[in-house]
Amino acid sequence: MLKTFFKSGKGTTSNRRRSSFENIPVYKQFEASSKRRSGAHSPIVIVGGGPTGLTLALDLGMRGHDVVVLNQFDFIPHGSKAICFSKRTLDVWNRIGVARRIVEKGVVWDVGKVFRGDNAEPLYQFDLLAVKDQEMPGFINLQQYLVEEILIDQVASYPNIDVRWGHQVVEFARDSSTLTVATDQGAYTLSADWVLSCDGSKSVMRDLMGLDFDGRVFEDNFLIADVRFKQTRPSERWFWFDPPWGGASALLHKQPDDVWRLDFQLGWDIDRDAAVRPENVEPLVRGMIGEDADFEQVWYSIYTFQCRRMHRFIHDNVIFLGDAAHLVSPFGARGCNGAIADVDNLSWKLDAVLKGADHALIETYNDEATIVADENILNSTRSTDFMTPKSDVSEALRNAVLDLAERHEFARPFVNSGRLSSPVRYPESALIRADEDEWTNGVAPGDPAIDAPMGERWLLSKLGSEWKLVTTNPVHGSPVPTVILDDERARQRYGMNAESAYLIRPDQYVAARWQNFTIDKLRASFPWLS
Amino acid sequence: MAELNTRPNLSAPDDVYEMLVNMTKDCELQTALLRTNKLVLALANHIGDPKIIADAIEIAASDT
Repeated sequence: MLKTFFKSGKGTTSNRRRSSFENIPVYKQFEASSKRRSGAHSPIVIVGGGPTGLTLALDLGMRGHDVVVLNQFDFIPHGSKAICFSKRTLDVWNRIGVARRIVEKGVVWDVGKVFRGDNAEPLYQFDLLAVKDQEMPGFINLQQYLVEEILIDQVASYPNIDVRWGHQVVEFARDSSTLTVATDQGAYTLSADWVLSCDGSKSVMRDLMGLDFDGRVFEDNFLIADVRFKQTRPSERWFWFDPPWGGASALLHKQPDDVWRLDFQLGWDIDRDAAVRPENVEPLVRGMIGEDADFEQVWYSIYTFQCRRMHRFIHDNVIFLGDAAHLVSPFGARGCNGAIADVDNLSWKLDAVLKGADHALIETYNDEATIVADENILNSTRSTDFMTPKSDVSEALRNAVLDLAERHEFARPFVNSGRLSSPVRYPESALIRADEDEWTNGVAPGDPAIDAPMGERWLLSKLGSEWKLVTTNPVHGSPVPTVILDDERARQRYGMNAESAYLIRPDQYVAARWQNFTIDKLRASFPWLS
Repeated sequence: MAELNTRPNLSAPDDVYEMLVNMTKDCELQTALLRTNKLVLALANHIGDPKIIADAIEIAASDT
């Protein structure tokens, strides 16, 4: 039988030696995991040990599955990557038991201000304050490496999750689902029922399989500078158009431990090497935070942003999540938050299929996750286009908005310095049933469940990670466990009366709701749930 | 007497912004100017009331 090998174009496979990562700064070093014997099999192999892979490992591990995670690094990289984590992401992390530590460590924020030029008064201000009385805050800021450290610590408490440090996929035999994994001690083969590719924008799996990743590059360069300084400033996101210290735009955002994220839009035709040298960065920093500011460099680098997407996220038994599947420019914090949405969506479906559900359920991940990716790409693209107009003509339109926004309210909604990540809805999904009854309030099918106080606890923590029927009174004969809304605040939020019910998915999205609920209606709409 | 509405009145401002960008996408400056003015005329006609149009002109023509 012919075996088909898809080789990486990078030339490392012939000698099966691991790529060296000497140029990547280390936040935290781990001991490299030992090489394993060839020929072993794991039902689930996750390629990639960043926030996506680790969250997926936790969600599947928590559901009882044996999971192998292959991390090409034997360290957590330092740097300035994801910082802003949305409420929806925090709700997912809360469902899997890590949110408390992340929120405690992070900086809560909900106000954003947009400035133009040297005007000290904001042009425009927004408030992300979510619906009140929910367990998690609207947004928190925390450095990605600190999130990864917390996730890795949580993973360590699961004996069924095997994280392999310094194990790098170098080949993939598609017809036998066999990975060749390189380590410092040599290579070994590992076969899998499911390969979950969470290996980032330069995905090795995507490369080895010769898959598409189409999109566009935004012709602009952004200097990302994490600096540490002590100043009493509000925990607000500040954005400038035409800042007085130069460049087309700039951003200031707070992180824990007196570290601040500064972004400077520098333009397309620049000397990238020169731009990142401290003597060139410092005047920009001083321009933003004060000429006499006392600060320390944590991280400086230059980025060009892209928006890209795989056409399909599922290729037989190989599933792509996070940056491996789709890439966005960062304005709007839709990168990592979009990745966690993928994990949240796939995990329960894979769990169900592994426990006997129809394989067709997996395809709904492609259906729903591509909707999320398209919305994230659309919003990130629009933000980046507003900040980087493509022509003189569109720049004139953009400047018209900024001119008007100062004095006229109607122009402010056009100002786009980033549309912050919010949960994507999929009311048209095959797994969602549209309302047949009239509802004037509550949560619509295809929306994520809103949290609500339930006595001393919270509704989302009672929903957990499985299908639930939410009612006001006990129901007998339900094919899924019920949660009784015994708190008036929760009932109001859901527009519930004595006869109504909501069916909630394991990812805490509303699947359906009924005004006059009967078990027969549930069985008729979701026959496969019994 | 009707007044120019200067409160936000669009349910999807980003969609409308993109429509406007696309109207003059890849256009030469003169073509863009022509199209933009045709749009002004179409919308002015829809509005109908010269007082409202005059108020809008006042906003547009106050250069910062």
